Amino acid sequence: MAFRPETAVHLRALAEALLRGPSPLTSAERESIAAFVSSRNDCTFCYLSHRAAAAHHDGGDYTFVDTVTKGAGSASVSPKLRALLAIAGKVQQGGKEVTADDVARARAEGATDVEIHDTVLIAAAFCMYNRYVDGLATFTPTDPAAYDPMGKRMATQGYAGGRG
Amino acid sequence: MPHIALPDLPGIRGPMAFRPETAKPLNDLVDVLLRGPSSLTPGERELIATFVSARNDCRYCQTIHGAIAAHHLGGNEDLVLDVKQDPQSAAISYKLKALLVIAGKTAESGKLVTADDVARARQFGATDLEIHDTVLIAAVFCLCNRYVDGLATWAPDDPAFYRQRAALVAENGYAASTLTGPAT
Repeated sequence: MAFRPETAVHLRALAEALLRGPSPLTSAERESIAAFVSSRNDCTFCYLSHRAAAAHHDGGDYTFVDTVTKGAGSASVSPKLRALLAIAGKVQQGGKEVTADDVARARAEGATDVEIHDTVLIAAAFCMYNRYVDGLATFTPTDPAAYDPMGKRMATQGYAGGRG
Repeated sequence: MPHIALPDLPGIRGPMAFRPETAKPLNDLVDVLLRGPSSLTPGERELIATFVSARNDCRYCQTIHGAIAAHHLGGNEDLVLDVKQDPQSAAISYKLKALLVIAGKTAESGKLVTADDVARARQFGATDLEIHDTVLIAAVFCLCNRYVDGLATWAPDDPAFYRQRAALVAENGYAASTLTGPAT
């Protein structure tokens, strides 16, 4: 990002709009979808940083995001979010994997068109960010604790201002 | 039929009109990457976008970006087809061939790009910025392709549609064409 500021400014603006801008999904939910997709793509940096951001939208509590990323089928995740995660998981594999049935199931659990749209775009966007980070073999700390202050900054200050 | 109720525009333009808040940074990003200052020509960059979209089997993206690439390459649609089918035997530079190897691997997973792939691109004259932009173009089209197909948007069949649209985008850019272009 620092290497190419011309593209970084728009990458940050996209993350800001997607994860912190107005949406019927909470930021904790959206960051959890981002962490879930990044985990599926095996992108350690994105997974751990967005996991920490999700937690800091929930007072620093990692319970919700860890439930979402480790067990999207868990009963403690709402049926609507479970249906949206199923869509996100398919987008991660390929856009064509998403079926009309997947979308109908999300709608039946109360998901709106904007929520379905945002889920698809968050999943697609993290298929980009994950490839960008790993395709350039960026430096990646492996200790989850190293990401906690980063996640706190992402949750409280956002993406548009500079680092993150 | 799209999975959600979108404005009646083809491909990525439907969801972009549906959600302008996210369309703006996406269009700005694509404008900088494909049309901004770079030592890769717009034709080369559009070929990378087309190649990745073909690998991801996204009909709208590979057809529109293929048309834009051809427009930048003096109307050479055969070259675009060659690059989609087998870039290593297409009439393009060794540097672009090496960059397309990196792009193809990025499309599968960023982790597949090896130090050898990068060394090979450098050997044929690729700069760090060109390698960076290749990875990011490939990554961005993994987003666009999934956005377009994940919402089951529709794509016109008529090649004339894409040629006309390509001329408009080549002249005015992505952001301007999305916001003000005719709803053809």
